[in-house]
Amino acid sequence: MASSDALLPISAREEDPLCPYTRLPMADPNQETHGRRRRPFKGLLAVSFGLLFIAFYVALIATHDGSRSNHAGIDEKETITSRARLAGVSEKSNDGLWKLSGDRNTPAFEWNNSMLSWQRTAFHFQPEQNWMNDPNGPLFYKGWYHFFYQYNPNAAVWGDIVWGHAVSRDLIHWVHLPIAMVADQWYDSNGVWTGSATILPDGSIVMLYTGSTDKAVQVQNLAYPEDPSDPLLLKWVKFPGNPVLVPPPGILPKDFRDPTTAWKTSEGKWRITIGSKLNRTGISLVYDTTDFKTYEKLDTLLHRVPNTGMWECVDFYPVSKIADNGLDTSVKGPDVKHIVKASMDDTRFDHYAVGTYFDSNGTWIPDDPTIDVGMSTSLRYDYGKFYASKTFYDQNKGRRVLWSWIGESDSEAADVQKGWSSVQGIPRTVVLDTKTGKNLVQWPVEEIKSLRLSSKQFDIEVGPGSVVPVDVGSATQLDIEAEFEINKESLDKIIRNASVVAEAEEFSCEKSGGSTVRGALGPFGFSVLATESLSEQTPVYFYVAKGKDSELKTIFCTDTSRSSVANDVIKPIYGSVVPVLKGEKLTMRILVDHSIVEAFGQGGRTCITSRVYPTSAIYGAAKLFLFNNALDATITASFRVWQMNSAFIHPYTEEAFRALTRT
Amino acid sequence: MKMMKVMMLIVMMMMVSEGSIIEPTCKETPDFSLCVSLLNSDPRGSSADTSGLALILIDKIKGLATKTLNEINGLYKKRPELKRALDECSRRYKTILNADVPEAIEAISKGVPKFGEDGVIDAGVEASVCQGGFNGRSPLTSLTKSMQKISNVTRAIVRMLL
Repeated sequence: MASSDALLPISAREEDPLCPYTRLPMADPNQETHGRRRRPFKGLLAVSFGLLFIAFYVALIATHDGSRSNHAGIDEKETITSRARLAGVSEKSNDGLWKLSGDRNTPAFEWNNSMLSWQRTAFHFQPEQNWMNDPNGPLFYKGWYHFFYQYNPNAAVWGDIVWGHAVSRDLIHWVHLPIAMVADQWYDSNGVWTGSATILPDGSIVMLYTGSTDKAVQVQNLAYPEDPSDPLLLKWVKFPGNPVLVPPPGILPKDFRDPTTAWKTSEGKWRITIGSKLNRTGISLVYDTTDFKTYEKLDTLLHRVPNTGMWECVDFYPVSKIADNGLDTSVKGPDVKHIVKASMDDTRFDHYAVGTYFDSNGTWIPDDPTIDVGMSTSLRYDYGKFYASKTFYDQNKGRRVLWSWIGESDSEAADVQKGWSSVQGIPRTVVLDTKTGKNLVQWPVEEIKSLRLSSKQFDIEVGPGSVVPVDVGSATQLDIEAEFEINKESLDKIIRNASVVAEAEEFSCEKSGGSTVRGALGPFGFSVLATESLSEQTPVYFYVAKGKDSELKTIFCTDTSRSSVANDVIKPIYGSVVPVLKGEKLTMRILVDHSIVEAFGQGGRTCITSRVYPTSAIYGAAKLFLFNNALDATITASFRVWQMNSAFIHPYTEEAFRALTRT
Repeated sequence: MKMMKVMMLIVMMMMVSEGSIIEPTCKETPDFSLCVSLLNSDPRGSSADTSGLALILIDKIKGLATKTLNEINGLYKKRPELKRALDECSRRYKTILNADVPEAIEAISKGVPKFGEDGVIDAGVEASVCQGGFNGRSPLTSLTKSMQKISNVTRAIVRMLL
């Protein structure tokens, strides 16, 4: 039989190099003459095999249920997941890429060092090299802002995780310090993972973090500064009695991580919450403690939402209903709402909801259950690339500050070649939107203005279907603040005319085709990191359209689909509806910093962070444009563009320390 | 010959031992038969849990990447005119071996599968980019196609761990 392989065409043989079975030979004409004689024998064989097969199958079914229960003890669940979930919401998909590569006219893109080194940011936090992910334990202590982060000291991909550390006077100019915690105990030998700091009333610090033990079980550990008089908090001590918390009954050993900052209960205890899941229901467990060493688990959960999967990096904090300052994590009261936020492992989105906290039993309910935490309809801090975010209360300036991990959207080969991966978003203040009462508002911290150099003011009227170059010189490090007005005539035409069909509810940044698709009243905005010929560009824009209630709705988007000609980077179109109240002008702010673009709509009601990797819109070739792709409307744009200085983030040296201490 | 195929099917079903989750797991992937054949070809397959199955497939990715790199190295002499594309492929496949695979193994073993998903997806991306460097079919086409297929199947299984 083997010799008949030679009859197969070569390409067929190549097709399945991994098929472990030998190829079935094709019909050999020479065998047909023997066929008739062999048939009765074959028939007998067939029947006996058939019976054997049936017998085996019956045996399989009979014992199947019994054996399944044996496997229930194994720590991994065996649930069959729905196709919908497998359709995959992770944006890093090779489906789209495969289509591109299949097109013979799109050659693979070869990155050179000039293009790759341009990608490094000038004023966003990132270590000198290698991989970073979640922000950890941010805090203010003895005059310094501290930032810790998940760090791989050995590679530009996730792994071997330890706690990186840096300090700053102003959340913008950072000095890298030595690694704060390494994986040197049995209870964190497989990873020193995410955690949060709590500052006690006497000013001392406790740090709770997740360790992956030598058996890869997720536990919570306690650590504190070795020398509280050292403002740089260089050295940390792990509590000898660690772990202080292990997965409770009913919680799987790999579903228990990311403890929060603690808050004081009315009984005077400290309370924390830790995200987890029960089957597909995302939950947040609650523990009380007096000393951070022993804990009692509450029977109630802080909250749970079905079908949201594992909740990572849970955050829980109060926001004022009446004032725009931040609140210490322990604050409660009638003028306060509480935010529950979680990072959804399934979708890589950070979701939050506004609600009410009940201290007596440690529970929380959302104001609007239709947009509960983790549901696809629920609010997100940011509609772009933004995950594992964490806030802290900055007692120095009385504000709540938000950090977030901004990963790469390129290939890991590029990350390896350039030697690094990931940045942090610019820290943002977070407050409740007192005008709507339903959402948060974020804004880059004030201190970022210290990076502003020269600026130019513009007032430009842009007719429908025009693109206007904005001459600002260098366009890779910019801060843009802009106000837009649509001419009244065009607005009235759309609102008053009953025959104009509502389209706002159907519009989505992601699916409606990007900034080249023209509507009556939009899209209009800026195109950043654009080449002169617009062969590469990243538009950030508003799209205004009529809603079902005949009122106008505004959508805010960033379109990265043409940000680069490279075909090994992800180029989504991000964004969401942005609430615009009566009498408000349309405003946007954009921070451009090489391969990261942070966009803020309506003062930070809707935020979009994007990673872009242009191949030619880099260095001096990157330009800024203003555009109006509307069919009818004329836009008046009034804006200022600042050149942004570098933050000169660098490693610790005596000089650097002295320089920072002087400020 | 139909007879032989029936016998093969029976043999295959007999290889699926009691308690194996290979079949129900593979049903939820984009390529059932590829998934089953890969997992059955590994002795650990029939008693592995979902994590274990994912790790077996990552091993296959590793093996295929090594095989492809060897093929690439061999092609420099045979097809010198393809040097530029081969250089890019070499870089891409080394990323699979040195970055994607270790990342995925560590992430899945330690219960943070999302980083494993990243590594697995990237393996498929790197293979696509390598293939894109040639104009149409190349000596590596079937190998890169395999990597994409295995990457898709593995990714589906890693998603089940989230």
